Amino acid sequence: MIIPRLAIRNLLGAGLRTWLNVIVLSFSFVVIIWLQGLYKGMGDQARVAQTDSEYGGGQYWQEIYDPFDPLTLQDAHAVIPESLQTLIDNGQATPILISQATIYPEGRLQIIQMKGIDPAQNIVNLPTQPLDQEGEELPALIGARMARNAGLEVGDTVTVRWRDAQGTFDARDARIVQIMKTSVPTIDQAQIWVPLDKLQSLTRMENEATLVILAQNTEEFPQTSGWIHKDMDFLLKDIEMLVQSKQIGGSIIYVILLCLAMLAIFNTQVLSIFRRRKEMGTLMSMGMTRGKIIQLFTLEGAMHSVLAAVVAAIYGIPLLLWSAKKGWAMPEAVDDYGIAGLGEALFPVYGTGLVVGTTILILVVTTIVSFLPTRKIAKLKPTDALRGKMT
Amino acid sequence: MDNSYLIKTDELVKIFPMGESKITALNHVNLQFKKAEFAGLVGPSGSGKTTLLNIVGSLDSPTEGSATVMDQKIEDLSHKQGAELRNRHIGFIFQTFNLLPVYTVFENIEFPLLLQNLSSQERKDKVMKALEWVQLADRVKSKPAQLSGGESQRVAIARAVVKEPKIILADEPTANLDATNSHNILQTLEKINQELETTFIFATHDEKVIQYLRRKITLIDGKVAKDEVYDKSASQGEEQ
Repeated sequence: MIIPRLAIRNLLGAGLRTWLNVIVLSFSFVVIIWLQGLYKGMGDQARVAQTDSEYGGGQYWQEIYDPFDPLTLQDAHAVIPESLQTLIDNGQATPILISQATIYPEGRLQIIQMKGIDPAQNIVNLPTQPLDQEGEELPALIGARMARNAGLEVGDTVTVRWRDAQGTFDARDARIVQIMKTSVPTIDQAQIWVPLDKLQSLTRMENEATLVILAQNTEEFPQTSGWIHKDMDFLLKDIEMLVQSKQIGGSIIYVILLCLAMLAIFNTQVLSIFRRRKEMGTLMSMGMTRGKIIQLFTLEGAMHSVLAAVVAAIYGIPLLLWSAKKGWAMPEAVDDYGIAGLGEALFPVYGTGLVVGTTILILVVTTIVSFLPTRKIAKLKPTDALRGKMT
Repeated sequence: MDNSYLIKTDELVKIFPMGESKITALNHVNLQFKKAEFAGLVGPSGSGKTTLLNIVGSLDSPTEGSATVMDQKIEDLSHKQGAELRNRHIGFIFQTFNLLPVYTVFENIEFPLLLQNLSSQERKDKVMKALEWVQLADRVKSKPAQLSGGESQRVAIARAVVKEPKIILADEPTANLDATNSHNILQTLEKINQELETTFIFATHDEKVIQYLRRKITLIDGKVAKDEVYDKSASQGEEQ
């Protein structure tokens, strides 16, 4: 236990030099945890929002449905098979029918997707209740982005034109009954939501759907011919990749911060070993082995990270908790980034793994950086050290 | 080996390479030191005084010949064994004091005892005893930067004495001190030598030190030129 005691004494005895390093390192601690927390928060928010509003507990897709291929969309529909209909009847799933369409807001032409959904559904978090209306006009639910782009407001009517199952064009006025504010762009941009039964009737696709959304926590996935089950891993793959790509950018900042802090520690260690040769000679003369001296100097360097963790905890914990509670306000332009769940604020999430992992990583890196310059001590002759010479 | 000697050198040679040439610092030195000697290595700069002290203190090893300290051959000791020998049996006093700057007086003196894994109470008792020897009990909490030269050297002496070693090696211990402080220090060392029977070997060319020595070994060009023993008790008696 002598080495840790001596290391603490030496470290605290070095005064300002120690505290400057500790402050730089503690800043790295806090910023690294905050940044990683932000990315974790971004991922979590995106997953939750996308799951709540669009993916539910997984989906069944009509076999030729490909959301990225508009050319196959007109054929991507089929009668809902019995096994899925049972789930729908039991309130464990809701069908969606998708049809390509064109709207003419203020005389302009805009290609959209018209999506039919059951107004009474509660599988996904969409305000579909207002779609439950009778009348000549087609009730339509749109997102705030769509409303902004098309210049539409609640109560406005807009002409919608589509092709039915036989390829015949038809058109009708749709009235905007609800504009929803959603943080999920993929249920908002260039699409209008209409009652499912009306869309099935207008497109002559009775009892048909393009996809079926399952309720969250669904555990049984029946095999159905002509329909493909898409699990959450598949559906969330794009989000995971997006968050991962953002994390890579964050990791660069992480590495730069860590390098800056480590440079300070390395510099201190090199200086220490250069300036304290006489002290090393004295320690040797008193019977301390070179191995122990290497341990002492390495531990002194490594303890910067322990002190930094303590200092970081003192000002970092309140700061990080405050940040997690208040969130980081997102500018409006963030809506166009294509990342679900960001909304008005991004809330960092600090898991135990993140904090412990970051602490261990910094501790290990600091120890390695502290050890590297001390290898010189192994070659140091006591007589040279006492004279202040480096062997 | 004759066991009555604490230190014995046989045909001790130390050669330092200097670029392509070589410098012979010690040239076939044969010396023996007994318990409780108060001896000094005297000679001009470069005569090999410090080199001999370093070898005897196991800080360096001979090129040829042998140095035996406390029945251990210095040339055969591993780094760890050398460290152990220094920690248990040898105390050093340096010209520049070599106190650890971030430690207090107490902590500086305590340091060799920490390496011996003694209990806190044992360490405290020994440090206080050493402080009494050097009359610095009132400065335990001071840092080296707050001490005068004389006080610093007294702390260095206490640090060397605290483990009650058999041998204390002092390299120019008074070179940085004024006459009054030098005499105080030397009187303290003499008292320790007499009461603890510690063998003292000085490397010095300071006349103030030389007049306290009971044995003066003159080194010239790495060879023992003279080895004189004085009967101090007789001369003290005459003075009285």
